[in-house]
Amino acid sequence: MHTLTVSELAAGLRARQFSSLELTQHFLGRIERLGPELNAFVTVTYERALADARAADAKLARGEGGPLTGVPVAHKDIFCTDGIRTTCSSKMLSNFVAPYDATVVKNWHDAGTVLLGKTNMDEFAMGSSNETSFFGPVKNPWDHARVPGGSSGGSAAAVAACLAPAASGTDTGGSIRQPAALTNLTGVKPTYGRVSRYGMIAFASSLDQAGVLTRSAEDAALLLSAMSGFDPRDSTSVDRPVPDYAAELGQPLKGLRIGLIKEFFGEGLDPAVERCVRAAIELLQREGAVVKELSLPSLPLSVPTYYVVAPAECSSNLSRFDGVRFGHRCEQPKDLLDLYRRSRGEGFGAEVKRRIMTGTYVLSAGYYDAYYLKAQKCRALIAQDFARAFEDVDVVLSPTAPTAAFKLGAKTSDPIAMYLNDIYSIAANLAGLPGLSIPCGFVAEDGTELPVGLQLVGPHFGESRLLSVAHQYQLRTEWHKRVPAGYA
Amino acid sequence: MSLTRNQVEGIAHLARLEITEAQMPVYVDSLSRIIDFVEQLAAADTAGVEPMAHPLADQVQRLRPDAATETDQRDKFQHNAPSVAAGLYLVPKVIE
Repeated sequence: MHTLTVSELAAGLRARQFSSLELTQHFLGRIERLGPELNAFVTVTYERALADARAADAKLARGEGGPLTGVPVAHKDIFCTDGIRTTCSSKMLSNFVAPYDATVVKNWHDAGTVLLGKTNMDEFAMGSSNETSFFGPVKNPWDHARVPGGSSGGSAAAVAACLAPAASGTDTGGSIRQPAALTNLTGVKPTYGRVSRYGMIAFASSLDQAGVLTRSAEDAALLLSAMSGFDPRDSTSVDRPVPDYAAELGQPLKGLRIGLIKEFFGEGLDPAVERCVRAAIELLQREGAVVKELSLPSLPLSVPTYYVVAPAECSSNLSRFDGVRFGHRCEQPKDLLDLYRRSRGEGFGAEVKRRIMTGTYVLSAGYYDAYYLKAQKCRALIAQDFARAFEDVDVVLSPTAPTAAFKLGAKTSDPIAMYLNDIYSIAANLAGLPGLSIPCGFVAEDGTELPVGLQLVGPHFGESRLLSVAHQYQLRTEWHKRVPAGYA
Repeated sequence: MSLTRNQVEGIAHLARLEITEAQMPVYVDSLSRIIDFVEQLAAADTAGVEPMAHPLADQVQRLRPDAATETDQRDKFQHNAPSVAAGLYLVPKVIE
């Protein structure tokens, strides 16, 4: 049952081949048996899952419900869940019980899904390897010595190991797409404003966007439609109808105009990864897509721009953790300043502190113009480059990440090396564009087969086209169907 | 080293973060590397470019009628507070 896609599970539930309760118990059993070795979950919501499943079965018995009724899912532990511990994988929130549901949680619940649990992540979503979590690193199901990517590493590991059919994620600089690439999943980051940020613990508010990790583009389409939509509780939510993405997957590849960004096939890209991506491009060409090489000269500014803008917004957002209203408080504070300093010093991990301090510096008097304002101008240049590109092409294609999954600990001592994992994914966040990653092959390292992802980025609100290209590619390839040994 | 220990202590104070004596050199080193790295933006030609604060250019901040829309859930929210009494958040004495 666990290797079936969401659409197959939905069909099985409707045909009464199995009940949601049986399905849910099956996944809970897998989580109990295989979850600990991967460290994919922070909290498993057994009782809630069984209650959700019983409610779904009652609905299905009455002939009610939608395409997702009774399908189990997991949420990244960045989404608030009413009455359930929500930690953001931080000591700061290790005892925080959210007093309300995030809109993403509510929307999936309203669609009839079953909540299996909350997945591990990089602390406050700051990381690209899931090694900054207060609850310890997540292992990649393809090789336990390697990282699953981050920050949505727990969601990626859970879905890749078939512990959940689908999971939510968030993506501020690549945190859905990069782990999807490193674990052989389909990962979608929609257009900024497409999915509500209400109840999603903020990291960098002008970049954060929720999305999904699944084992096929078809599943991603189903879950993204259910997740998206206007929300008056998010001031940057966009009031625009949500397409039925699953109904639009049939758009043909013939005539599709694909842009290859020259700057994304340069130095630092592993040649074995490039070979997989080039083979996928050839397949798309054979199916009638037209490929055009483009230069987006401002793209090399993406990573440094991001590492000014994101920490600046992070330092502002994380000032709410003051040890007074919620979160960790130090013992015996001698005065208010001591309470703030020690509560925050003890509650946040090293990478979070590093980003808060970077942000504090670039926003401080005398440095604001040189760093923050300059970065916002560079951000405009990057967005303009993309806008020009989309006059000529429908999608741009690149590798998702420069290498396959790397070893645990390999990059923890060098923040810049870690930041460069997101070299191809960050630009889409800066420009607010939708992007996705799909499996496109495997490379061998130390005798282990590791998955490779390719990234498609489209114009604002171009999710439908991106998903259709991904789906058409998956109809012609088998990469996305591979499951890591021991988890099939 | 683009940042001095003094500067990093100042930043930590602004950010209300206690950094231990042992950790301070690690932060001086890594923050300096990050600032050196982002320094490359200075070379970009941004003359006449409007800074971009929001990823969707045509978005405007929505306003809603100035009416109470939330119900009182103080007890539920204060359930997560480290220290409360009679509906108030408790902190160390601020004014002697």
